Amino acid sequence: MRLSELPRRTSATVDSVEDRSPNDAIARRLRELGFVAGEEVQVMASGPVGAEPLLVQVGFTRFALRRSEAARIVLRTNGKAT
Amino acid sequence: MSASAIPLRLALVGNPNSGKTALFNLLTGSRQKVANYTGVTVERKEGRLLAPSGRSYALLDLPGAYSLNPASLDEAITRDLCRGFYPGEPAPDVLVCVVDATNLRLHLRFVLEVRALGRPMVVALNMADAAERRGIRIDREALQHALGVPVVETVAVRHNGAKALVQTLEAIADKPHAPEHALAADADLHEETRRLLSLTVTMPTRTARIDDVLDRWLLHPVIGLVTLSLVMFLIFQAVYAWATPMMDAIEAATAWLGAVVGNAMPAGPLRSLVVDGIIAGLGGVIVFLPQILILFAFILALEESGYLPRAAFLLDKMMAGAGLSGRSFIPLLSSFACAIPGIMATRSIQDPRDRIATIMVAPLMTCSARLPVYALLIGAFIPKQQVAGLLNLQGLVLFALYLAGIVSALLVSFVMKKWRRDKGEHPLLLELPSYRLPHPRDLAIGLWERAMIFLKRVGGIILALTILLWFLLSFPAAPADATMPLIDYSFAGRIGHAMTAIFAPIGFNWQICIALIPGMAAREVAVASLATVYALSAANDDAAAQALAPIISDGWSLATALSLLVWFIYAPQCISTWATIKRETNSWKMMAISAGYLFALAYLASLVTYQLAVAMGAG
Repeated sequence: MRLSELPRRTSATVDSVEDRSPNDAIARRLRELGFVAGEEVQVMASGPVGAEPLLVQVGFTRFALRRSEAARIVLRTNGKAT
Repeated sequence: MSASAIPLRLALVGNPNSGKTALFNLLTGSRQKVANYTGVTVERKEGRLLAPSGRSYALLDLPGAYSLNPASLDEAITRDLCRGFYPGEPAPDVLVCVVDATNLRLHLRFVLEVRALGRPMVVALNMADAAERRGIRIDREALQHALGVPVVETVAVRHNGAKALVQTLEAIADKPHAPEHALAADADLHEETRRLLSLTVTMPTRTARIDDVLDRWLLHPVIGLVTLSLVMFLIFQAVYAWATPMMDAIEAATAWLGAVVGNAMPAGPLRSLVVDGIIAGLGGVIVFLPQILILFAFILALEESGYLPRAAFLLDKMMAGAGLSGRSFIPLLSSFACAIPGIMATRSIQDPRDRIATIMVAPLMTCSARLPVYALLIGAFIPKQQVAGLLNLQGLVLFALYLAGIVSALLVSFVMKKWRRDKGEHPLLLELPSYRLPHPRDLAIGLWERAMIFLKRVGGIILALTILLWFLLSFPAAPADATMPLIDYSFAGRIGHAMTAIFAPIGFNWQICIALIPGMAAREVAVASLATVYALSAANDDAAAQALAPIISDGWSLATALSLLVWFIYAPQCISTWATIKRETNSWKMMAISAGYLFALAYLASLVTYQLAVAMGAG
């Protein structure tokens, strides 16, 4: 499952962040912001139009991510990546 | 203790939202200098820190960065400066790494990146009071030991909040030394951050309760948008209405000063230069200050409180469709009052591409200076009649003019988005920081900076252009036996007559062409200028408009009037807006593109309107 598909207010654990292109700067920045394996994430809210962007809690911080950004983040379910 | 000849150079580095600038304000007070880094429009803030020992330090507030692996121009500057690679900027002697004590999971990783530079550094655990209130316990000594660099607590919003930091800086000032640690160069910084956290920090909850509650309401799809509309309405109302009395007072004071000086000087070109050129020009600069100050008071408060990123969150989807970002909204809204504060407000848009797009379309928002022109033309040409029994036709036309501006702005930004060569994805990736009460000192310093930037950088250009315009309007002087209005004999008059060749296809007569020239100083002046051209002696603008209405409704065709109305939707900006665009983008090219495309749009739209109207028999 990907972060963009995670139901609201459900905790999940990050497995990895995928590069969309070689040297994907957005994926790199997501990792720097704390989206790394083992980190707990939650979608707290979504924007009023088209449920975009997503309000994502990671670590002690909240970020607004567009769906295309959140879709780079792969989550673990039951301890395994899907 | 002897003060060294060259003051020690300190630099504040840290993540955005670490309270770095508030700490900078506390350390330096009003001893600050704001400029740009050479060649770019990134703000460079330097100040002087006067320690109790009498020693003084040069303190640089570097742009906020999430990483030294830069994703933006701001971050690249921070990285290069920290490493001492930035041209013309010596390397800082000590780096002060500012972290938010309530957000250590994110900020400590950056500390590790900075530490890897191997430069002398101090970590400032900022907002230590907020951490304490939330029950976050940080073992400062253990953290200092584990990091191998001095760690001090700071509270940027408290009077004595940086005492420990200054003491530590004084202690290491004489022999700054690089940090000692045993972390491998390729170590996983997230792993190390987690280790440090588990070693030194206990945290009852990951987030503050107040943030959870506020976000639940303020980001709610319905309640959030209603709240945002209310906030926007208040800002618009303030910029539009509250500033008017102050602007009227400034105009009255300028007129009074002009009269006093005019009476004291002998008639002649010198008096005309001082009164009509310099004093009127200065008045024309200062008159923008009330709107700029009111708008920025709101924007700074919203930014400091953490609400501005929330507003961007709510509006991002709508604005992104048109090639703008959520942060474009407030600058565009303020442009309805005046494009100048609006364009200055685009500084809160981090993405340079989104910022340029916003600056480009801001002049399409119908600014208040266009209202007198609209009012004159609508009053003279649009019949006062009811449409569908309840709507007033005149009001409907005015609404259509506003709407045409908005729709055009969306279209222009959409076309720009499609035409851009850069097809890269511009991420949102926006941090929504904890809510905070803005500190009056930070608001005051921020406002002071905005006012100075406007007066110093934009004011000079506006003044110079106003004097140039005065020259065109006043020379050569009319002969003694002048039979036509004086303006007819001036350079401006001749230019106006020459312009008819270009403007005849869109239905403008020579009187309109001449009025367009002084209208460049400020659009509402076009009305007074028309009165001058038609040789009316009117006491003030209102009287001029009243006297003008019958003359133009007899003299002009409906097609000409409609064409002029449409012209003013797009009309190339006033020179003050040009000056602001030049300064904010640091590029004559951007200014030329902006003026050029608006002229082309105005001409095309007026041409279509005029020719259609003539074809339909309104010529």
